Amino acid sequence: MYVVVNYTRKLQTLAFNLGPSCYRQGVTGVSITSQDRKSKQNFSCFRWTHLITLVHQYSTRIYNSKACQVPVDLVDKLERLALVDFRNQEGLACLEKAIRFADQLHVVDTDGVDPMDSVLEERALYLREDAVAEGNCAEELLQLSKNTVEEYFVAPPGNIPLPKREERAAMLKHSEI
Amino acid sequence: MLSLSIREVSLALREGRISPTELCRKCLNRIKKTHYLNAYITVTEELALKQAQEAESRLLKGAPKGPLDGIPFAVKDNFCTENIKTTCASKMLKDYTPPYSATVVQKLLDQGAVLMGKTNLDEFAMGAGSTDSAFGPVRNPWSYAAPYREQTGTEMDSDWVITGGSSGGSAAAVASLTSFLALGSDTGGSTRNPGALCGVVALKPTYGLVSRHGLVPLVNSMDVPGIITRSVHDAATVLDILQGHDVKDSTTITHNPSTLTHLFEDFDVRNICVGIPKEYHAPGLSQETLAQWSRVADMFERAGARVEQVSLPHTQHSIVCYHVLCHTEVASNMARFDGLEYGHRSGIDSSTEAMYSTTRHEGFNDVVRGRILSGNYFLLRQNYEHYFVKAQQVRRLIAEDFKRVFSSGVDVLLTPTTLSDAMRYTDFMQEDNRTRSAQEDIFTQPVNMAGLPAVSVPTALSNRGLPIGLQLIGPALQDRKLLTVAQWIEQKVGFPPIRYLGDAGEGEMGEEVHEREQTSVV
Repeated sequence: MYVVVNYTRKLQTLAFNLGPSCYRQGVTGVSITSQDRKSKQNFSCFRWTHLITLVHQYSTRIYNSKACQVPVDLVDKLERLALVDFRNQEGLACLEKAIRFADQLHVVDTDGVDPMDSVLEERALYLREDAVAEGNCAEELLQLSKNTVEEYFVAPPGNIPLPKREERAAMLKHSEI
Repeated sequence: MLSLSIREVSLALREGRISPTELCRKCLNRIKKTHYLNAYITVTEELALKQAQEAESRLLKGAPKGPLDGIPFAVKDNFCTENIKTTCASKMLKDYTPPYSATVVQKLLDQGAVLMGKTNLDEFAMGAGSTDSAFGPVRNPWSYAAPYREQTGTEMDSDWVITGGSSGGSAAAVASLTSFLALGSDTGGSTRNPGALCGVVALKPTYGLVSRHGLVPLVNSMDVPGIITRSVHDAATVLDILQGHDVKDSTTITHNPSTLTHLFEDFDVRNICVGIPKEYHAPGLSQETLAQWSRVADMFERAGARVEQVSLPHTQHSIVCYHVLCHTEVASNMARFDGLEYGHRSGIDSSTEAMYSTTRHEGFNDVVRGRILSGNYFLLRQNYEHYFVKAQQVRRLIAEDFKRVFSSGVDVLLTPTTLSDAMRYTDFMQEDNRTRSAQEDIFTQPVNMAGLPAVSVPTALSNRGLPIGLQLIGPALQDRKLLTVAQWIEQKVGFPPIRYLGDAGEGEMGEEVHEREQTSVV
């Protein structure tokens, strides 16, 4: 009994260290209940096989797909690229779900298939005469902007990188007020 | 009078039975009476009356501009309209007034149509329920109609149903009889979905047939302006006016062989072959929708048409492919909203990056921001091939599936438009926008990926008293044939007009005329 339990524990530790944290949760979630303890002999064999199957599943999944948790530095990079923030954990969870959903694409065999940019790819693009047809509407366009000076749109100073994540959170909180 | 089709009311205008200003006032009154539907963001009362006056003077002179002269219409709020607020239901463009009108809007105005207002939608057309708007969700007019009310008792406000999205306001406007036609936009089913749930005809023309100039873009390679009307003949009339090459939109087709969209007069249903794609029998499809699908397929068969089962093998991957392409193009298209040249601008002035970031934080809701972030993830250099290019390859496979089916002798495909009838708002909001879009767009988005024309036709009311619609898909540029077949279905199914509890006057008269319209030979 002691030996079998030890094996079970060893497998658990193995599985624990192999997968990313979301999978870890799944493995440690498999717990021994008091009911199971009753039929020790049959139970321990079942547990071992069950765990082996679990570990196998998780290891193949790790091999095939990217980690489902987005690392913090990637979160920061995405926020800088998109200039849009995740706002909270829910936003991040949403991204992870979206990635997992998109991962289903990879079961399709697309060997030798050309990517399709547009359904009109077989048509030639219409090119019109290179002559001025309209314009001269600077005034109307300037009226749409909140901050203009003469014929210029006024922008805050550039070449200043976005502040670090912690400072950004404060800045956004402030802007909400 | 308000429940007539465009053809009937146009005749009534020309015969002098009603004047454009009277018609306009009736519609404006109806908008006020149905304001709880929240279908309109902006109602252009003064402008509408002015346009109606002009139409009236033209009619008195006996010189109407065409079949749409004096006809009230509504436009989804992501089409630019000169000097009229265009918000896309977002805080980002809350006070934005475009200096120009979209080509399709201008074409309708040039024909003398009267603009009632701008309709509500999901923010930036992202959604399948018209529930994620900065101005509140849109309610389905059928929630307040007799069939549904008789089912649920007069409990009123807690169990109203959604319109579907994202052109929910446009569909609600036409279904609640406040306008005779409405423009929507269709990227993944955004016109056909609310069309089916609100019991109106919703047409998505072939990609490239109708100009997108002035339509705030969502997915450049799939967006198409959609047409919502109460009858198929009306949709054909409007398409005839809107289609055509536009110099300002480089994705419009220059040479279209069949420019006339007058429906085929000598249509014989025995000459067509209707395809039933077996993969569209998806999990989650309601029994009633399945029953309607079978009913119409049987109708075709009994009338002598050939009805065949066909296969579109990549259908199950279509929604995932659409998901990736949509998010990536959205990430790119939403980059233009930085607060500098138009739209909302935040008060932060420390740097351009900080200003952009706070502006976008304040202007976009969670749905839009979520899509931008996942789009950017898929476009990262390390992911580009893996997701974006892969999705483009799958897109080609899907488009080729359709091409193969149509070249094997099938004339049109018959499929459901939505999984079931309209959901209650409280039920719909149990899941997030992304999940709902993935579920609800399942039958409609493959069509956008292949750029084909499709139309949703209402067929019957469900047990809950809510509309069910079926979708017809045709080969590219065969919009005319598609609409001819759709009209055949419309005449055979006998979909009831909307009827409110205790609605005497207008509802009744509309019913009579509507019946006459359906039984007469076209």
